[in-house]
Amino acid sequence: MFRRLLLVLVSLCVLALPERAAAETLQDILQTHQAEVAKPGRRSVGVVLDDLVASGLPQALPFLEAWRDREIVQRDIDGLFFRAVDEGLLDLDTGAVLPVTDTSQVRPNGGVRRAIGDALVQFQLSDPNISKRLAAVEAIERSMDASQLAPLRASIDGETDPGLKVVKTRLAGMLAARFADDPAVRIDAIKALSGDLSVDVRATLNQILATTFVLERSADSDANIKDRYFGGTEAYPLAQAKPLLTEAGLFTPPTTASDLRNALTSRIEDGAVAGIPVAKLDTQETRRVAYDRLAAAGTVPPFSEPIETWDWDPSHISVGDYVVLEVYTEADPAITKAARTTLTAIEQKVAMSQAVDLGLDALSLASIYFLAAIGLAITFGVMGVINMAHGEFIMMGAYTGYVVQLFVPDYTLSILVALPLAFAITFGAGVAMERLVIRWLYHRPLETLLATFGISIALQQLAKNIFGTQARPLTSPAWLDGALVFNDVIAISYIRIAIFVLALLFLAVILFVLKRTRLGLEVRAVTQNPGMAASMGINPDRINMLTFGLGSGIAGIAGVAIGLYAKVTSEMGADYIVQSFMTVVVGGVGNVWGTLAGASLIGFLQKGIEWFNPSNTLAAQTYMILFIILFIQFRPKGIVALKGRAAAD
Amino acid sequence: MKKTFIGQNPSVMWFLLALAVFTLAVTLLSEATGIGIISTSFVKTLGKTLCLCLVAVAMDVVWGYCGILSLGHFAFFGIGGYAIGMWLMYARTESIVLESLVGQPIPPTPQEISDAIGNQIFGVVGSSEFPAIWAFADSLVLQLLMIVLVPGLLALIFGWLAFRSRVTGVYLSILTQAMTLALALYLFQNDSGLRGNNGLSGLQNIPGFENTSQAWVSVIFFWASALALAAGYLFFAWVVSGKMGSVVKGIRDNEARVRFLGYHVESYKLFIFTITAIVAAIAGALYYPQAGIINPGEITPIASIYLAVWVAIGGRGRLYGAVIGAAFVSLLSSWFTGGGAPDIPLGFYTIQWTDWWLVLLGVSFVAVTLFFPKGIGGLFDYLVRKPS
Repeated sequence: MFRRLLLVLVSLCVLALPERAAAETLQDILQTHQAEVAKPGRRSVGVVLDDLVASGLPQALPFLEAWRDREIVQRDIDGLFFRAVDEGLLDLDTGAVLPVTDTSQVRPNGGVRRAIGDALVQFQLSDPNISKRLAAVEAIERSMDASQLAPLRASIDGETDPGLKVVKTRLAGMLAARFADDPAVRIDAIKALSGDLSVDVRATLNQILATTFVLERSADSDANIKDRYFGGTEAYPLAQAKPLLTEAGLFTPPTTASDLRNALTSRIEDGAVAGIPVAKLDTQETRRVAYDRLAAAGTVPPFSEPIETWDWDPSHISVGDYVVLEVYTEADPAITKAARTTLTAIEQKVAMSQAVDLGLDALSLASIYFLAAIGLAITFGVMGVINMAHGEFIMMGAYTGYVVQLFVPDYTLSILVALPLAFAITFGAGVAMERLVIRWLYHRPLETLLATFGISIALQQLAKNIFGTQARPLTSPAWLDGALVFNDVIAISYIRIAIFVLALLFLAVILFVLKRTRLGLEVRAVTQNPGMAASMGINPDRINMLTFGLGSGIAGIAGVAIGLYAKVTSEMGADYIVQSFMTVVVGGVGNVWGTLAGASLIGFLQKGIEWFNPSNTLAAQTYMILFIILFIQFRPKGIVALKGRAAAD
Repeated sequence: MKKTFIGQNPSVMWFLLALAVFTLAVTLLSEATGIGIISTSFVKTLGKTLCLCLVAVAMDVVWGYCGILSLGHFAFFGIGGYAIGMWLMYARTESIVLESLVGQPIPPTPQEISDAIGNQIFGVVGSSEFPAIWAFADSLVLQLLMIVLVPGLLALIFGWLAFRSRVTGVYLSILTQAMTLALALYLFQNDSGLRGNNGLSGLQNIPGFENTSQAWVSVIFFWASALALAAGYLFFAWVVSGKMGSVVKGIRDNEARVRFLGYHVESYKLFIFTITAIVAAIAGALYYPQAGIINPGEITPIASIYLAVWVAIGGRGRLYGAVIGAAFVSLLSSWFTGGGAPDIPLGFYTIQWTDWWLVLLGVSFVAVTLFFPKGIGGLFDYLVRKPS
């Protein structure tokens, strides 16, 4: 049959569509096997299907579908087959519609329909149209079945699309692992899966390793046993054993409080139950007494105490020598052993990959925190100015990106325009703020906090008034869509990589500006000793203004980056402000490296806590903040603490 | 002693007098006890404002007198609200549940009542079990004790940790802000045991006062708030005067020098931090029954920053300044955002105060910080000319 099928495949895929179609019509083939088509049986249908497949007729596929769906009728006068449609009878070869006459419906039974379905799979798997082949493969992936193995294998050689060929080969491997007839072939197929970390391979192996629990009198059994459980062990708690024990009649479910209440309620006679007045039944104890009296009279089943441990107590479970066997549904121990080994190996690799993936996630979170905090590291860390409006500068940068995209439809270009524009706008805003507000408050840091908070709420509300409360999109260019996929577990989206690169770039730029330029030298001089710096000919006012502008401008660029990754709202800045301050404080004030360390610590910590408790990011944040509070107790100056004179406030 | 205390602080007497007159006036104008010019909801607003004044006074003591800019005192305020809210909600739900169980053929057991209450309260977060922190919710006395104990202990532990490692200035502000954020985030969780972001509701229905009209309840709470404010004011005025007050103010002005003089600065700071946290919680416990609902959104760091804003606008370092600031800004805020203020048509654009009030507040706040560092309370200095 395979050989014949191959022949068909060759004729379908390689040669042009067959000329045999001209020599023979579908109706001819059907008439040859008239009896088998009209009254198909599971055995007899095979011949028809073989001939249909061998004919290579294009109309055979719709016929098979119609046959399966019970749409084929036989005309009573001449025994010809047609497809019944609303308009009348459809000629199977020409597609012409004939008037309705007396017909009898062909009713293939379930077994036949399944056989037809298999034949259909063969057709679809070698269909010239790639999307149909793909659909067939996806259908197999969704529900794997022993019967699919042979047609799938047969279709691999004739597959012209290299990508689909890989998919088919992989799928055939999984099918072979589960359904091949020869155990040796199965074991080989299972071992071949070991390099694959994907979820469906793991599911396949788990299905091979599926187990059921049976209650047995003796621990010996010739079944393929995974494990044995005796009473009282924690590995197999009572809750799991209950259904088995109940089924075997060894366990009576305990009488619950509501059972008790219902039993009593339905047996109230003259304001009393079993002689106890209803008014007294307001505690569990009296209710129990009443119930026991009812039970003694035989009106209700005896009270069954709830049991908490599976101790094989004979009073609840009548026989002590039972054992629960966990039995593989797969009977061959060699196969389950191979599957277990392979699965363990895969799971180890998956765990390692997950750790790497978590690391990448943490890294990208750390870069976002770093981006958000780096501007603050300059204004707060270097200058000592608490700028509560820092988050609003981030927001301004993001909205700048949004507005630019309204005018520049090309996303790549718009981002390239938005980055410097965001810097310019927030630089301007920062300089204006420094000139108008902050410079009057250098000797009153706490009041800077409050004044900049005032600016923060004003800016936030302004943004709300201008842009509305709903989130605005900041679309990343197409080349940043998608993700860099290492294997089935490790993947990182390009946008996160871009943010990481941007963070590195910022670090380099800031370090360069602070350590290698005249401006940086002057900034450091002014922050260390403004009076001395001034007498050296540095204008502290100008330097403070520029430094503050630089820090704010960087916040604006960070805003564009964060906007690409999250939604742009008027409150987005407020989401980052507390986090950013903590990043700077944890890292160590006055030091760019410290901010990097702080961001890394917080990013990795948050991801780590999320890993332990993945369902609850709120809890992760809570614990992280608590950790930071404690951390500051022990290292008040942060991770990278300044020493010597520069450390003085 | 008392005479000299009042004599030293004439402002205390004037304040108490003004508060008494205000309380009397509101009582006479209210619906329940007077001629009904002031609506019940406005009496509640005034009562809430008095509570906010009390927490502002506490904030003024910790910030204006001791120099600790705590951004966590509104969290203590919220904890107080939650503590009283637990009892209010439990007791009210209990009475509702008991009422609904009356028709049952057999009387309910204590366990059944407790289950039904749990279902009623926690059904909204998909649970019916009472969390451990509700253990005392059925007892008013214990829960009242919690109002003092929980924030007191929290402030004590947090303050001890922070002051011990000499976290000062803006670092302390950021740390307290982090604490507030952690608390708010914790309460936002559904499994926190305090109904997640649904918060506690129906707090305006006081158990035992079902037959009293809300008009009366509002006046009673107004009196209670006024009394609490008077007591708190008097207490803090006493704390910040005298020798203790001098040390506290010394810490604000030059902490190192006070330490060199031999005072244990940390103890003083811890005492002020804790006692103000407790007073903040008491204010919260009076506030939320009047507000009717409390949820974690009330505790977010921004609320604590607003508290600092009120105190700064009113004038730091003087208790009446805090009261004026809190009352002025919060009443003005509800007037503007409540649509009380008329829109300003500019021809091309109409300024709607619901949208622009925060902008105005922010800008005016910057202006106050820059130009009137003494706040509104500073104006009194022009009235009272001190002989110099």
